[in-house]
Amino acid sequence: MAVRRLHPDQPSSFAFTPENVAWIQETVAKYPPGKQASAVIPVLWRAQEQHGGWLPEPAIRLVAELLDMAYIRVYEVATFYTMFQLAPVGSVAHIQVCGTTPCMLRGSLDLIEACKRRINPDPHHLSADGKFSWEEVECLGSCANAPMVQIWKDTYEDLTPELLERVIDTFAAGGTPKPGSQTGRTASCPAGAATSLKDPALYDGSSIGAWKRRFADLEAAASQLAGTAPADKPKG
Amino acid sequence: MLADKDRIFRNIYGFHDSGLDAARRRGAWDGTKYFIDKGHDWIINEVKGSGLRGRGGAGFPTGLKWSFMPKNDPRPSYLIVNADESEPGSCKDREILRNDPQVLIEGMLLASFAMRAHTCFIYFRGEYIRERERFQRSVDEAYAARLIGKNNIHGWDLDIVVHHGAGAYICGEETAMIESIEGKKGQPRLKPPFPAGCGLYGAPTTVNNVESIAVVGEILRRGGGWFSALGKPNNTGTKLFQISGHVNNPCVVEEEMGIPLRELIERHCGGVRGGWDNLLAVIPGGSSVPCITADVCQDITMDFDALSKAKSGLGTAAVIVMDKSTDIIKAISRISYFYKHESCGQCTPCREGCGWMWRVMERMVKGEARKSEIDMLWDVSKQVEGHTICALGDAAAWPVQGLIRNFRNVMEQRIEDYAKAHAEAAE
Repeated sequence: MAVRRLHPDQPSSFAFTPENVAWIQETVAKYPPGKQASAVIPVLWRAQEQHGGWLPEPAIRLVAELLDMAYIRVYEVATFYTMFQLAPVGSVAHIQVCGTTPCMLRGSLDLIEACKRRINPDPHHLSADGKFSWEEVECLGSCANAPMVQIWKDTYEDLTPELLERVIDTFAAGGTPKPGSQTGRTASCPAGAATSLKDPALYDGSSIGAWKRRFADLEAAASQLAGTAPADKPKG
Repeated sequence: MLADKDRIFRNIYGFHDSGLDAARRRGAWDGTKYFIDKGHDWIINEVKGSGLRGRGGAGFPTGLKWSFMPKNDPRPSYLIVNADESEPGSCKDREILRNDPQVLIEGMLLASFAMRAHTCFIYFRGEYIRERERFQRSVDEAYAARLIGKNNIHGWDLDIVVHHGAGAYICGEETAMIESIEGKKGQPRLKPPFPAGCGLYGAPTTVNNVESIAVVGEILRRGGGWFSALGKPNNTGTKLFQISGHVNNPCVVEEEMGIPLRELIERHCGGVRGGWDNLLAVIPGGSSVPCITADVCQDITMDFDALSKAKSGLGTAAVIVMDKSTDIIKAISRISYFYKHESCGQCTPCREGCGWMWRVMERMVKGEARKSEIDMLWDVSKQVEGHTICALGDAAAWPVQGLIRNFRNVMEQRIEDYAKAHAEAAE
């Protein structure tokens, strides 16, 4: 478990934008009547996105009201799930460095050192200009492209400290770096060349309908046994 | 090696369009209506006959799991697709979700129909934001083409709800996932009652991994017999393997079950960094399974039964390779930290034990310990294992046990070195 508490400095109020209010109504409607609590994670997440990447206490209070839940139930969701940031994060980029073993084996400790040097010696603390912050997180599920970081919605993969600094530089200059592999790989395909999926017949549509033969054969065999004409031909 | 024509996932790298038309050209949604017209039981029997075992780690037979769902129940039935891929080393579902989504959506319809569910949830891990956005667009596309939804062309109404978490590994456990969808902390429930009897909103529910559901369409098209002819008896079919760590070319690749580990690494990953002889150990199935040493890796095959015989497990087939430069104690200690961080806090042996094991492991990394503490660490891991509601306690205990079983000499050497260095310093 991780000990997580609300930040001591909180804004006095929080309100959803009209667009988000409409979005919340749509989202709640996806769940059965009376089960609006199911929407708590998506709605808290929307609050965090609206509030510059962290979740303030008045938002927790408001979400409890909106979803007709006890405050403590929403509070415990906000503190249990570690993607809810309970303290302010960098205004330009909050860098989440995956530190779990597959990334560690390929150099995530060096990425953390780069973050300490460039941003702040301590995680969850802002850089001097308030634009950046960082933290070490647990496995982000991109292990074949390790080491990697997540910044907002995007992942930056196959990193070295130099490549990470380049990503940070691009953010600092007001740009958005190209997400994904920073060494030019496509997804989790082996570097260099694919070792599979090279048969063009997979992509030309020639396999469509091939499944029918199996059933035709089965039916032919069955009708031969019964001495009747095949019925129920697959139409698909 | 698995022939390309027998690969189920034809776009895992995203070299081709992930949209509906391109997916259809690759074979998705071909014959779906015919299979649905064959009936619920026909689909379940075909999946049973394929020998498909769940791809989320536990390897429970999928068709059998489906058959536990009640047939005449006034409550609605639910299918939940588990896209909370969080086991360190695992990154296969991500490729299906973002590059081959229609194969999964077709599987969701077929599986929902087989279990008489009209609502299917898919639970994304919170971090897969782009994957979720893209998948939602694919779902919208399938609705627009009337492949799913009310009064669709397949004659079985199905609504797909794309849901997500917010960074809790434990929500990959099926009952924790149900709690999370209900809007609570992800703390696993006691079983029984099992989800098939009382799951989401108190209704019959089945939770299946993404890969288990995504292979169903192709199994029905080519027959359970085709799938079961691949691989080895009781370990059939194809599997997405994910190889990370110290190989030249880490990757995700679909291969036949039971492929020799060495062949997998050398054929698809360009070999171990520094050559096969530079191999120290492999974690063959995601962080929770015990590591195996290089001499075991030489001949081991990648399937449930062979790996469990070698006192490890296939898990999610996430292969973490470590060469001789690895500090194996540090590598396992980082896994201990992961489980300490992800324990939900509900059961005392796990909540307290995971933190305790991690703290002792950190001392073992430095060698700042007594040799008798290795036995104590073993004992405590045995007190955590099997004494918790869910398997997270087991998952935290096994890597530590694997380390002690296979690398006790390294741990003892570290302790001796530390004692020696500090004895000299004291002089």
